[in-house]
Amino acid sequence: MVTREPEYFPPPNSTVAHLGRHVLFFCRAVGQGTLLLWYAIRASRYVLTKRTRDEVVMQMFAYGIKSLGVITVVGLFTGMILALQTGMALSQFNQEVNIGTAVMVSMLREMGPFMTGLILAACVGSAIAAQLGTMVVSEEIAALEIMSIDPVRFLVLPRLVAMSVMTPLLAFYTCIIGVIGGGIVGATQLGVSWEAYIDNATRFAMVKDLYVGVFKAYLFGLIITTVACHAGFATTQGAVGVGFATRKAVLVSFLLVLVSGYFVTRLFYA
Amino acid sequence: MIEFRNVTKVLSGRPVLNDLSFTIQKGETFCIVGASGAGKSVTLKHMVRLMTPDDGHILIGGDEISSAEGKELGRIRNRFGYLFQSAALLAWLSVAENVALPLREKHRLSEGEIQRRVHETLEMVELENDGTKLPSEISGGMRKRAGLARAIVENPEIVLYDEPTSGLDPVTSRTIDRLIGQLRAELGVTSVVVTHDLHSALAIGSRIAMLDQGRVSELAAPDAFIKSSSKEVQRFLASQYITQDAPWERDAK
Repeated sequence: MVTREPEYFPPPNSTVAHLGRHVLFFCRAVGQGTLLLWYAIRASRYVLTKRTRDEVVMQMFAYGIKSLGVITVVGLFTGMILALQTGMALSQFNQEVNIGTAVMVSMLREMGPFMTGLILAACVGSAIAAQLGTMVVSEEIAALEIMSIDPVRFLVLPRLVAMSVMTPLLAFYTCIIGVIGGGIVGATQLGVSWEAYIDNATRFAMVKDLYVGVFKAYLFGLIITTVACHAGFATTQGAVGVGFATRKAVLVSFLLVLVSGYFVTRLFYA
Repeated sequence: MIEFRNVTKVLSGRPVLNDLSFTIQKGETFCIVGASGAGKSVTLKHMVRLMTPDDGHILIGGDEISSAEGKELGRIRNRFGYLFQSAALLAWLSVAENVALPLREKHRLSEGEIQRRVHETLEMVELENDGTKLPSEISGGMRKRAGLARAIVENPEIVLYDEPTSGLDPVTSRTIDRLIGQLRAELGVTSVVVTHDLHSALAIGSRIAMLDQGRVSELAAPDAFIKSSSKEVQRFLASQYITQDAPWERDAK
């Protein structure tokens, strides 16, 4: 059951009890989030039904295509900043032509998936949490449960599939835009020609950089959707609760994207 | 049909249902009235297991819903239709799509059959010309009727109504009352109505239960209910200007 009963806990009578309660709530939230993801994966056999297919396409448009504008700007300027910073340092050794490698590898391995994850956590995670939270408050989730329509299959599955597809694609797009941004800075401010820049960028980048980046982005997509859906379903206390759920979804997604990004890098490169 | 056996529920440290017991017969319209916080909506939520009792048993036609899980819970819930106080229509679907939702998600029906049943149900609640509108584009009374259409489109055995007339003008309230009466007469459904509106309860109810501090303080047919010697009942009746010799609408039954 997704619908939760109101809970009451007597106020803790000491600092240790207060801390203990926070630890328990944290463990419970981790467990509930993991179970939610498991239920969604278990429901994935319904992904080919017409309604789910249509819903996935709609969510891909709403959460993916509509984020293209902001992702383009962020990707472009991330690449430009990377090129400028590394270019200024490398120019001291007359090695500014190597900004291609620096930008390409940084974007593929880290900045592409990371910046995409942050943008999607802010734009999409908050939207999912707010929508599901409002549905909880207005008893729409309870209505689904009474009609024996599984809210995980009906609401979480399409969002999870859409984000699993769109996040890697958007991350790859961010990388390309970032590399273009780096090239613009190279050509206009560092005196590196486009040919030299592209040649340098493609010479040292490996396929592994690409698939690790794509894997990271896929993982971020799963994390953002699961956290946002969990926060939305856990909403209580009306409009205030929706605001709280949205804030929580964004904060927790940010942190998990950062932490999981580090561990994936460690796993593949350390 | 529905049996509550010594059901107890504590919320926020306060007992909301206190050893509550009653039985609802098949085909009757059972009204639950009482002051705010008396446990009316909580009782209704227990019937469909949106809440689980701390103690006691709830039986739906012999099946215990209070301990059912998974498919068994789904099977029992399929016997219910539920009209929420807010109607709880999905905001991004049109009225007709909302009504069609349980048919599309749970039954393997052709699109033609779904359209036919949706049209029939919308006709019953007089919304056949508003099927393409979104919930945000219709009035509160229309939303309630759309919610009712969704609740009955699968022909459930039991329909639960949570404050079906709250926030509605008197004319629309009586329309909802008439629909509840019509459903009982035409489809023979068992209805459980939680309401503050005693005029409505007296008009449509086969029996009326007064909840007070999580217990049934009075349970009687409307004629006997209005003559009850219970102080809570008399105070509740007086608050809505209903006296023993005042007439009330009975034609909805």
